[in-house]
Amino acid sequence: MTLVETLLDPFAYEFFVKGLVAAVLAGALCGLIGVFVTLRGMSYIGHGLSHAIFGGYAAAPLVGLPIVLGAGLWGLASALAINAVARSRRIGADAAIGVVTTASFALGVALLTRFGTTGPSFDALLFGSINGVASADLLLLTGALVFAGVVFTVGYRSFLFSSFDPEVAAVSGVRLGTTETMLMVVLSLSILATLQIIGVTLVAATLVIPAVVARMASDAFSRMLWISTTLGAAAGAVGMYLSWYLEVPSGTTIVLVNALAFVVVLVVTGGRALRRAAGLDDHPAAPAPVLAGR
Amino acid sequence: MSPVGALPLVDVRGASFGYGGAPVLSDVSLAVGPGAFTGIVGPSGSGKTSLLRLLLGTARPQAGSVVRQPGVAVSYVPQLETVDWNFPVTVAECVLMSRPTRRLLPRATPAEKVEVAAVLERLGIGELARRHIRELSGGQQQRMFLARALLRQPALLLLDEPTSGVDVGTRHEVLHLLDDLNRDGMAVVLTTHDLNGMAAHLPHLVALHGRVIAAGPPEHVIVPDVLERTFGARMEVLQHLGMPVVVDGGDRLGLRTVAG
Repeated sequence: MTLVETLLDPFAYEFFVKGLVAAVLAGALCGLIGVFVTLRGMSYIGHGLSHAIFGGYAAAPLVGLPIVLGAGLWGLASALAINAVARSRRIGADAAIGVVTTASFALGVALLTRFGTTGPSFDALLFGSINGVASADLLLLTGALVFAGVVFTVGYRSFLFSSFDPEVAAVSGVRLGTTETMLMVVLSLSILATLQIIGVTLVAATLVIPAVVARMASDAFSRMLWISTTLGAAAGAVGMYLSWYLEVPSGTTIVLVNALAFVVVLVVTGGRALRRAAGLDDHPAAPAPVLAGR
Repeated sequence: MSPVGALPLVDVRGASFGYGGAPVLSDVSLAVGPGAFTGIVGPSGSGKTSLLRLLLGTARPQAGSVVRQPGVAVSYVPQLETVDWNFPVTVAECVLMSRPTRRLLPRATPAEKVEVAAVLERLGIGELARRHIRELSGGQQQRMFLARALLRQPALLLLDEPTSGVDVGTRHEVLHLLDDLNRDGMAVVLTTHDLNGMAAHLPHLVALHGRVIAAGPPEHVIVPDVLERTFGARMEVLQHLGMPVVVDGGDRLGLRTVAG
């Protein structure tokens, strides 16, 4: 078998092609939404929500709901609960995420162990798999990507303003509640749609790493969106391809490719890029201003 | 403070406010009329920012009321220290944020670009439009936020500690800018704990310490008795070129002075 034949070999299998398309869509989706997630200091929410949705996956069949619908409703409810608790400021957002999502994950593990599942396997949910990507999954991913694109395009300035300076944004007419709820809806939908490809334990990395790399590569918000989305999609494709040859779960290779991109950009741009990305996740306890000429 | 006969833009009447524990503000009244130029002075924790939030409408009083004239555009300039200067936006993008749009394409229209350029020119930072916000000096950062606020063409401009952490030159710049805006008819309310550098130059002051201790022109507010009740420390007030100058009582605290 020649090298070209070896490289083209996986394309002879329909499930690989579907998995590849799904990985590209999932990577692009996570890359896009990851910019908002990281700039708003919500990286841990992505991690927590994927674990919360895991509980929904396990519980949905037991109450007679389709898995995607049940897990989606569960994830959305968790996201809104976290948001509500965090906004009340009685306990921090990180503590709220810790309570809501780990409890949900633990429930999911208990239910799956006790009752089993009719959906994706335990391992596939944890680490991602290209097996069993159905046309319906691709439709869900495409729908989520289009929905996220429309939401972020139409609400571009509102999302940008409320990410940068929520208090002034509210005074200037931005509806903070609506913006935050829409972000949670998009985030929940995105995690739900990508969970099977990337896996519960690794979704957060695909949300965070492309956005961090984009931040290191650019000082412009609009360019960050393009870089992060493109990198996410590219890492999805390369990672899925590697997954085939290395015979390891797709989520791990996708995350490793993202991590490699991070290292390459770090080496090329050096400390300057790290300083750019230093403010991510510090919001709103932002660093003191660096005043030129002082 | 409202000119006689003019309806206040915002009228705070007997408002009390807190964050769950002891009230931060008790029975506070403040009417901001068209053309007002008011400084709210007080120590840290005296409720200055809370009063600003009541005026802004981002906080609601637990007792009393805040009445805003319908349709009044209000802009707000936050403290520079509270801003993430590493956020990936240019000066022009930051200014344009205050103009929400629901169009399908988020790019600035030609008309918006002209507006942003004009307001940046007016504030003397037109050439900085494409710079990242981190690359600005303190005075330029303050001007950028003023530009963002002015793009909304507000009748009332609220600023939280606009000269906190800036040098003397920047403080003068900001004062002159605000004075110009006020002369153009814009009502300005700001908080400050800088008595000599800021408050003494304003036409109207409110001394705040959980409640209004005194209100009026600087010569009525910057007096030892009011300052002691507001800041909890005895201060002396001298007169220099017709303006009050506050001298704190360091020698009375038992601090040693270096012998010449």
